[in-house]
Amino acid sequence: MKKSVFTQPTLPYLLLAPQMIIIAIFFIWPAFEAIRSSFFIQDPFFGKSTFVGIDNYTDAVGKSDYLRTANFTFWFTLFVSFLSLGFGLLFAVSADQVLRGQASYKTILMWVYAIAPPVAGLIGIMLFDQHIGPIVDFFALLGWRMQVGVSYFDTAFAMTVVATWKQIPYNFIFFLSGLQSIPRAVREAAAIDCRRPFRRFWTIVFPLLAPTSFFLLILNITYAFFETFGVVDLMVKGEPGNNPVTLVYKVYQDGFRGLDVGGSAAQSVILMILVLALTILQFRLIERRVHYS
Amino acid sequence: MQRPRLYDHIVLLFGVFLMMGPLVVAITTSSFLPETIHREGMQLGWGGHAAETYWNVLTKKGGFSENITGILMTQNSLILGLGFAVGKIVVSMLAAYAIVYFRFPLASFFFWVIFATLLMPLEVRILPSYEVVQGLGMLNTYTGLILPLIASATGTFFFRQFFRSIPDELIEAARIDGAGPVRFFIDILVPLSKTMMAAIFIIMFVVGWNQYLWPTLMTTDETLYTLVRGIRQVMNVYVGANIPDYNEALAMAVLAMLPPALVIIIFQRMFIKGLVETEK
Repeated sequence: MKKSVFTQPTLPYLLLAPQMIIIAIFFIWPAFEAIRSSFFIQDPFFGKSTFVGIDNYTDAVGKSDYLRTANFTFWFTLFVSFLSLGFGLLFAVSADQVLRGQASYKTILMWVYAIAPPVAGLIGIMLFDQHIGPIVDFFALLGWRMQVGVSYFDTAFAMTVVATWKQIPYNFIFFLSGLQSIPRAVREAAAIDCRRPFRRFWTIVFPLLAPTSFFLLILNITYAFFETFGVVDLMVKGEPGNNPVTLVYKVYQDGFRGLDVGGSAAQSVILMILVLALTILQFRLIERRVHYS
Repeated sequence: MQRPRLYDHIVLLFGVFLMMGPLVVAITTSSFLPETIHREGMQLGWGGHAAETYWNVLTKKGGFSENITGILMTQNSLILGLGFAVGKIVVSMLAAYAIVYFRFPLASFFFWVIFATLLMPLEVRILPSYEVVQGLGMLNTYTGLILPLIASATGTFFFRQFFRSIPDELIEAARIDGAGPVRFFIDILVPLSKTMMAAIFIIMFVVGWNQYLWPTLMTTDETLYTLVRGIRQVMNVYVGANIPDYNEALAMAVLAMLPPALVIIIFQRMFIKGLVETEK
């Protein structure tokens, strides 16, 4: 809080009004609606709703396809987060080292950030297409006949690759700016103490990056959960069938396609609780980060 | 630092291959005829049919209603990107100004309400949001498209952080000179925030341009389709056709990624600053 502040009776409310009105209409109202309707069963044709307590939750969680989706989302999130963090770090460490061409490398490695997930998904389904896809040709040489869209595993694999690819630039940018904010003195001392670059990296640079990494991990989990919708939608070509989808996709699928409003709402609420947990974790980490810097 | 540079260059060249490869193939393939692509797979090299393909995608009336063109979609994408970015900056700057510079009852209540929006991305409350917007008669309008996306308060947090880092002496000096809160905001705070506003504008433009789920639900009227939304339509054609128009699908993808990519490349420093600062 600032030491010197204005004390005007109405002005602050006027300033806050646009934000608050938008939040009230487009956030609070739908959020309560989601929670409320998760306890009701709604008839899709007559709009009549019946209170059913927590039945929607037990129904949703108890179904085998929900468990399968949750299982896929877990592994998908795990792989996408760690792979994109790994590649981002790998490229950032090297980009931090080179002198010649650093600016060009940086630009090339980061601009994929600009690509929308569904656009990445579209390019993805073509690269993994059974007739025209070069990646399928490549794996065929290794003896793996990929059938994306038919085989559950192959589709999951392709989805993970595309979602990871799309996220690498994001992690790259954060790691690079993290590396470049390490003071010169620390780097020089490290260079004197540790001659071998790999040891230097693991004993000095990596621990300094650890707070950034934890924080990025949370953001990556959020990405894999929510922002990959476009990738998933394109890669299953809008027709999930037997293909793997994420939990967020299932909320959409059950709500808009299946017209199971209550079930979809219950799944939303479960996801909300998850985001809540993640956000709390994130804020605690930020406090820690500020503390150390 | 003594370190063989070759290793780093090899790693980075691998990175360049990994990140650029798919895009290069997408761009080059879009210059071939669909029959060629269907027969021989995705292509490197130049097929020589780029001009007509891109011209078609930009001007041919498509969709079920036959009145949406690529140019119109680009225009809609621009409206969404710019509207989202400008709206978000204006709304969140005003709110952050109130929270940081004013002492008033309920201040912390408002702060927590704003904070709560961070807990729930639009994706998890998508169905009720749709119903609310439908109830307000805002389906297939730009307002309905943009406003719900502004509800998340990331921008407010960003400006709050930034305002708090501005030294208190400034406001004291302004007061001595007799400037009220409105003058202070317009003459001191806004000029000071210019770089920050530009940085956040770039991020938000890209985020807005790339919206997919919400426009997909919101716009059933094809004249409101954005390029990114149009990608889904292209895909539907791809599913049914005998020889899909791979080239046009890829051309559409290229068009959809070009403007945000250019923005990021041209304003690279701003972009990095904005990204790293907003997510903190």
